[in-house]
Amino acid sequence: MMGSVGIIFKRELFSYFATPLAYIFIVIFLISNGIFTFDVGGFYARGQADLLTFFSFHPWLYLFMVPAIAMTLWADERKTGTIELLLTLPIRLADAVIGKFLAAWVLTGIALLLTFPIWMTVNYLGDPDNGVILAAYIGSWFMAGGFLAIGSCMSACTKNSVIAFILTVAICFLFVIMGSPILLNSFPGWVPQVLVDAFSAMGFLTHFDSISKGVLDIRDFLFFAVFIAAWLLAGAVVIEIKKAN
Amino acid sequence: MIEIKNLTKKFDQFTAVDNLSFTVREGEVLGFLGPNGAGKSTTMKIITGFLAPSTGSVIVGGHNISREALQAKSLIGYLPEGAPSYGDMTTLEFLGFIARVRGFSGAELKRRVEHVLHEVDLSGVAGQTIETLSKGFKRRVGLAQAIMHDPKVLILDEPTDGLDPNQKHHVRALIKNLARDKIVIVSTHILEEVTAVCTRAIIISQGRIVADGTPEELEARSHYHHAVSVKLTEDYDLKADLSGLPEIAGIESSAEERLRYTILAKQSQPIFSRVSQMAQEKHWPVAEFHVQRGQLEDVFRNVTAGGGR
Repeated sequence: MMGSVGIIFKRELFSYFATPLAYIFIVIFLISNGIFTFDVGGFYARGQADLLTFFSFHPWLYLFMVPAIAMTLWADERKTGTIELLLTLPIRLADAVIGKFLAAWVLTGIALLLTFPIWMTVNYLGDPDNGVILAAYIGSWFMAGGFLAIGSCMSACTKNSVIAFILTVAICFLFVIMGSPILLNSFPGWVPQVLVDAFSAMGFLTHFDSISKGVLDIRDFLFFAVFIAAWLLAGAVVIEIKKAN
Repeated sequence: MIEIKNLTKKFDQFTAVDNLSFTVREGEVLGFLGPNGAGKSTTMKIITGFLAPSTGSVIVGGHNISREALQAKSLIGYLPEGAPSYGDMTTLEFLGFIARVRGFSGAELKRRVEHVLHEVDLSGVAGQTIETLSKGFKRRVGLAQAIMHDPKVLILDEPTDGLDPNQKHHVRALIKNLARDKIVIVSTHILEEVTAVCTRAIIISQGRIVADGTPEELEARSHYHHAVSVKLTEDYDLKADLSGLPEIAGIESSAEERLRYTILAKQSQPIFSRVSQMAQEKHWPVAEFHVQRGQLEDVFRNVTAGGGR
């Protein structure tokens, strides 16, 4: 027998593929990746056998694509009233939150796996470090999870999925740029360095950059894992508070 | 058994449910009545564990819904208001999902799903996505998921809302059939439904119980209980004949129908024989003559008056 998480997960994943949503997401994700890597990123011109350009666009790609699949997670349940059905079934709220998150996360994982022709291309053209590429793939997936967890929480805040989308994009954008030098350099001098470092440590780019360059630090993965858990927990609290409305 | 003790639910300043206490036993079909906004749905949402009460407790089959939520929830089948379901799934897929959540698998799962499909007459639309179904079918899908695990406690929030008369009749028969060894709580604003299926009715207004009894007991509280309805063939002064009788409270003439009168009884005393004797003695030009049961609607209006908001 499947656990509740598994049953919820299966239903959610199924529902992505029952509608055109999953297919549209995957197709647009693949096309955008192609354009960013080969055209904008100058994959060939660089003459390097790595996927650095491919991965470096992921945070910006996820910024708009991941909120699109996260926005309906809870907003639709509340809008259609199915949340009342779901949460009066003999399952824990945590099971529902995790099951739904996992389904969306696996969808991004599938989209990510389907970029394998790019990996094949780089292997055909040169002799890349496939260990680094694998680590970067996993890192990218974890980062997508971070975006999704924010989206799950924002989706719980409103019945309107468009509002959930906009909120998610805004907050994700904040976390993406937190680690960027432009923002860090703009801090006035009187701000203590500890605060600037803490701010930078919360940024997605800080962690993702090192992973995508092949610096495998368990702390970067841990950051995303804790980040996901924290936002999912926040989402569960929001659901608990707002379900009465 | 469901025990509800001192249940209160507050939303900010607004008190939706105000110190509600009652007990429901096996075999009872409890009709939950009240004007819109009286707290019916909120009470049901608390009993089913969707909302947490501000104070008070709900115990379902010995399990406290707040502290032993999973055990209590597994005893309950619930049809939420509006019968929500996942529109992108087919009826069969949706019921399969519910059955899996309810802990069934393999052949038992198949048997359960087929049983409820048959029970609420959904076999014809098993392969259709739910969003393409009519309102009546959607409601039946909601009922099917509620009875999937043959629950001890069945809580139905307006189960016949939006159904046509045939479907209403079917659902009522289904509820009656299920009720034998179960606790059924049905909220409704259709008063005839209470007389048709319920063994007990609770009327709430502004979150408080204002009436609790069998439908017959409630009807007895009506001004029209034991009243005699008379239809005459021509004008006749009934008042002159009846003014001498002490058990008569008054005569109402119908606004909708000419020559239709209702003779009201004082303190719900049976007056039929007295009035019929009078009719014979005075040779009333009677076309129709019958005693009324008492109108639930009248009781409903009386006990909830001033509570409409």
